[in-house]
Amino acid sequence: MASDASLLTAKFKGDRLELAAGGSWTAAHAGELEALVDGVAQDAARARSVSIDMGGVRQFDTYGAWLLERLTRQWRGSGGAASIVGMPEHDRTLLKEMSGVNLEPAPAPVQDNALVSALAAMGSGIVGFGRDLSTFANMLGAIGVAGARVLMRPRDFRFTSAVNQLDRVCWQAVPIILLITLLIGAIIAQQGIFHFRKFGAEMYAIDLVGILILREVGVLIVAIMVAGRSGSSYTAELGSMMMREEVDALRTMGFDPVEVLILPRVLVLIVAMPVLTFIGSMAALYGGGLVAWFYGGMSPEIYISRLADAISITHFKVGMIKAPFMGLVIGVVSCAEGLLVKGSAESLGLQTTASVVKSIFLVIVLDGLFAMFFASIGM
Amino acid sequence: MTLVKDKPVISVRDLVVGFGDTIVLDHLNLDVRSGEILGVVGGSGMGKSVLLRTIIGLLPKRHGTIEVLGVDQDKANEEQRRALERRWGVLFQQGALFSSLTVRQNVQFPMRENLELSPRLLDEIALAKLEMVGLTPADADKFPAELSGGMTKRVALARALALDPEIVFLDEPTSGLDPISAGDFDALIKTLQGTLGLTVFMVTHDLESLYTVCDRIAALADGHIVAVGPMQTMLECTHPWVQTYFQGKRGGMLTSRVGQLVN
Repeated sequence: MASDASLLTAKFKGDRLELAAGGSWTAAHAGELEALVDGVAQDAARARSVSIDMGGVRQFDTYGAWLLERLTRQWRGSGGAASIVGMPEHDRTLLKEMSGVNLEPAPAPVQDNALVSALAAMGSGIVGFGRDLSTFANMLGAIGVAGARVLMRPRDFRFTSAVNQLDRVCWQAVPIILLITLLIGAIIAQQGIFHFRKFGAEMYAIDLVGILILREVGVLIVAIMVAGRSGSSYTAELGSMMMREEVDALRTMGFDPVEVLILPRVLVLIVAMPVLTFIGSMAALYGGGLVAWFYGGMSPEIYISRLADAISITHFKVGMIKAPFMGLVIGVVSCAEGLLVKGSAESLGLQTTASVVKSIFLVIVLDGLFAMFFASIGM
Repeated sequence: MTLVKDKPVISVRDLVVGFGDTIVLDHLNLDVRSGEILGVVGGSGMGKSVLLRTIIGLLPKRHGTIEVLGVDQDKANEEQRRALERRWGVLFQQGALFSSLTVRQNVQFPMRENLELSPRLLDEIALAKLEMVGLTPADADKFPAELSGGMTKRVALARALALDPEIVFLDEPTSGLDPISAGDFDALIKTLQGTLGLTVFMVTHDLESLYTVCDRIAALADGHIVAVGPMQTMLECTHPWVQTYFQGKRGGMLTSRVGQLVN
């Protein structure tokens, strides 16, 4: 390897600048070479004529060729001329190739004003929120239409696909739902007993556990789990099908993607949510019972009889009525987001994140609306 | 680093590759000479891409040695392997462009990671590479999803050439292109090979490419290289698969044309 200093040396002979190049004019040395070339370009302003001896160059690639071309082009631009000597024929072809490139100035990347782009981001966020709502309404409508069509011709319903989805969304979710809700029930019971004990009202912790879990927490936790587990996979599945044009292929074969892909998935979620909510609520009550027994010192008999006094079928109904609607919201949001995926891997990630965040947000908003509704009808 | 002529740049000896119970490549030997364009042909599922992926180290081999640019892949340490990987470029069948980066950033990616260049030089070299493969500066800020099939291949080639490699591996470079684009692409590979002094290892199905650009052809069948040599060798080969391939309906049309040219 030649030392870096000998890559390019400049010498004045009168008003003639003589450059001697050597070593490796390759990608590996392009950084140093650029600095040398730029330095020489300064000197050359004083010179009448310039000659470059490339005889000492042992290796020459696109990087070297471009830097040489850049140097000579600069001189030609300022009216000077440069002669290149001692260059092998093979390298000349490469140099000639380089003389044809970068002739027009590269389009400069647009730099935005920070304030303007912040305002623009806020504006597009607000517009995007409105667009989201209309996308979801659209999807809901499309699912409704597809559902009506399937009702007229029940044979068209994708039964196999639905069973497969039901296995993945409902059956395979049971272990994790059991575990999480059991823990949540246990935590609520522990906190209830701990704090009510100060008033000597430990028994009321059981009321707390029963009512809270059956009305709110059971269904909410399950909905959040399902949004994270199944909603995200719906978005990713549909999104990668969009990326690989599978959805377009379906459409051209005369199938409605909503009917084939989305309707079974959403229906399955509507079925799975009440089932999982029931399982989850029972597991949470069980977890609460375990804590009441081992931490609160209440025997299972006491726990069950107290629970029977505290809760009524109404509390159970309130929770279960909400579940299918939450399934619908998760299904609509995750499928709509999946269809918004564009070509890139980044877009798939963005939409999947958006799907989970938006479905959890909407599930909680919906829960709030239900709370107001049930309060006003006295349930 | 200059290579002695006639010493193979890639030398594959006794290579065995398999998945589970199936053996895809069975004691395969192959040499690629410096500065040549070698076309590898073979039926679908015969292991052309497997061979390419094994040479570049994406698939594990069961037996045999692979030497690229004089470096034995098994004996090379991590650093030597990385140095070696900088001396080759790979064009994947689907382009494999990074979909969240623009065309310009895709081409600059290997330069940014391996070289220390000023932003100006990065831009200039990237645009120069893009122009060499026949794209315009206006395409530089597009995203891969906005490109046509032919443009994707060109960008992928520009990225494969980003570090001025000595070897480029092309996996079906002309598949999915219309005949005119495919012809242009072949001409482009030939030109670049001339100007940059590349060694090209090309897996292809395209008979047209084999006739027009390849210096030598290697035919892969039953896990072996059954014939290797210029077109004439292929035509004279007695292996049934090679005969069907080159003398078949589609091959025959071209063969007669080449025959006329030769005579």
